[in-house]
Amino acid sequence: MNVMDVLGFLSHGFIQKALLAGSFVAISCSTLGVFLVLRRLSLIGDGLAHVTFGGVAMGMFFGVYPLHIAIPVVMASSLGILKLVERARLFGDAAIGMVSSLGIAAGIVLASIAGGFNVDLFSYLFGNILSISASEVVTSLALSAGVIAVIVLLFHELLSLTFDEESARASGIKTGRINTLLVLLTALTVVLAMRVVGIMLISSLLIVPPVTALQIARSFKGTMFLAALLSVLSVVAGVFLSVAFDLPTGASIVILNFVFFMLSLGYKQVRQKAG
Amino acid sequence: MHVDVVRMEHLSFAYNAIPVLSDVSFVLRSGDYCGLVGPNGSGKTTLIRLLLGFASPTSGSVSLFGENPARFGEWGRIGYVPQRLVAFNPYFPATVEEVVGLGLLARHRFPRYPRKADRPMIDRALHVMEINDIRHKLIGELSGGQQQRVLIARAMVTDPDLLILDEPTAALDPEIREQFFSILRDLNSTKGITILIVTHDIGSIGKYASTLLYLDKKVIFHGSFEEFCISADMGEYFGSFSQHVICHRHDGQAGQGS
Repeated sequence: MNVMDVLGFLSHGFIQKALLAGSFVAISCSTLGVFLVLRRLSLIGDGLAHVTFGGVAMGMFFGVYPLHIAIPVVMASSLGILKLVERARLFGDAAIGMVSSLGIAAGIVLASIAGGFNVDLFSYLFGNILSISASEVVTSLALSAGVIAVIVLLFHELLSLTFDEESARASGIKTGRINTLLVLLTALTVVLAMRVVGIMLISSLLIVPPVTALQIARSFKGTMFLAALLSVLSVVAGVFLSVAFDLPTGASIVILNFVFFMLSLGYKQVRQKAG
Repeated sequence: MHVDVVRMEHLSFAYNAIPVLSDVSFVLRSGDYCGLVGPNGSGKTTLIRLLLGFASPTSGSVSLFGENPARFGEWGRIGYVPQRLVAFNPYFPATVEEVVGLGLLARHRFPRYPRKADRPMIDRALHVMEINDIRHKLIGELSGGQQQRVLIARAMVTDPDLLILDEPTAALDPEIREQFFSILRDLNSTKGITILIVTHDIGSIGKYASTLLYLDKKVIFHGSFEEFCISADMGEYFGSFSQHVICHRHDGQAGQGS
């Protein structure tokens, strides 16, 4: 592949839209993911992705654009998880497991009753960012920019809370509100990521880039920056590879993320040996 | 008008109807260095949580600089060091400087972040705790003693009036523990910071603290270490042999509190 080929790729509208939306979603997933991974909440992304399945099925069942139903359903479910932990005193993983199972079960029941949208649902399960529409690009950009803006504005509060919740509280930080905001942002991001990698692979965008960055970064800001950079790189390279070799885009992005992780492990070991 | 730093009056607290603290009253005045001691499950950490407004008393009252902790807003006046072992993930990817800077968030409202003008405060806290040379290291790469210094630097970066420490020495070896108590004594005597420290080690803290508060669901003793050592009530409570061991196991330094 030479420079002309690359420029040729970039001249296609569907590639431009995929790169633009994918990069913004990747940045919001990876930066949010740093806080989730360090707070041992990695699996909340996976759980909410399952709920997204239910939300999408609900949208199709009622003949509404799936994203318009999935966003409020997943956000409400994220608050449900938080309440189950706080009020019913369930462990976080148990609450996530319960809510995600309910999401999947609801999706299966609705798909079964409708009997006709199984193929459409399949496309949401595995994603296809190359077919993203212009209005979906605008929605993804606007919502991702909103998520990134909140993370930037609350960066130090989120850092303080992630480092040590009690001390954050003793600094006057409203930890309850920030926790609520964190799960709501996660819910929004999960729904956005559905179009990039598909419901089945959403959690990898939230988990793998932060874990990779944690292997090599030398500060918290460095971890955030590196996670975002690697995540965007994997989206850009994944889109190109999938088009060039006719591979599924979402899976290509996830595999590239994993390759970066393996490289980071190798780099870490070399650095440790070098002293 | 003189305002007590901490005032608890007839405070009781129950968790799931099980009494944890009962009729606790004490006052902490400006410049006090108070060791909060007692056996496991005696309610020490609960008392700290009530003081910081993390929980509300079942009955009685607590005030922080004259205000109900639930409505308290001047968090920059408080430095808090939680129990080290549960405090943070040892692989957390933050540098010493980033962690110390977090203490400054108490001084600001939204958007909270350390300002450029705060820089000298971070430098001063790093200097006082003698951790300036490791400011760019990751916190997880430090020894237990160094990590503890970082947490104290974070707590005192705002120049607080009150420093609250919850079992900060539990994971430290005896030598570093003594150093640690000594650092706190210096902060108390040179900067006039009021200190409330939770510890199991009565003998050690007795050498440094101006007052001891012995808690076992209620206040068993509140006074100086010297008073503790000659108290007939404490002799009866602990047994005179145990009282003697507590008071004299540190080379007979009883009564040398600052």
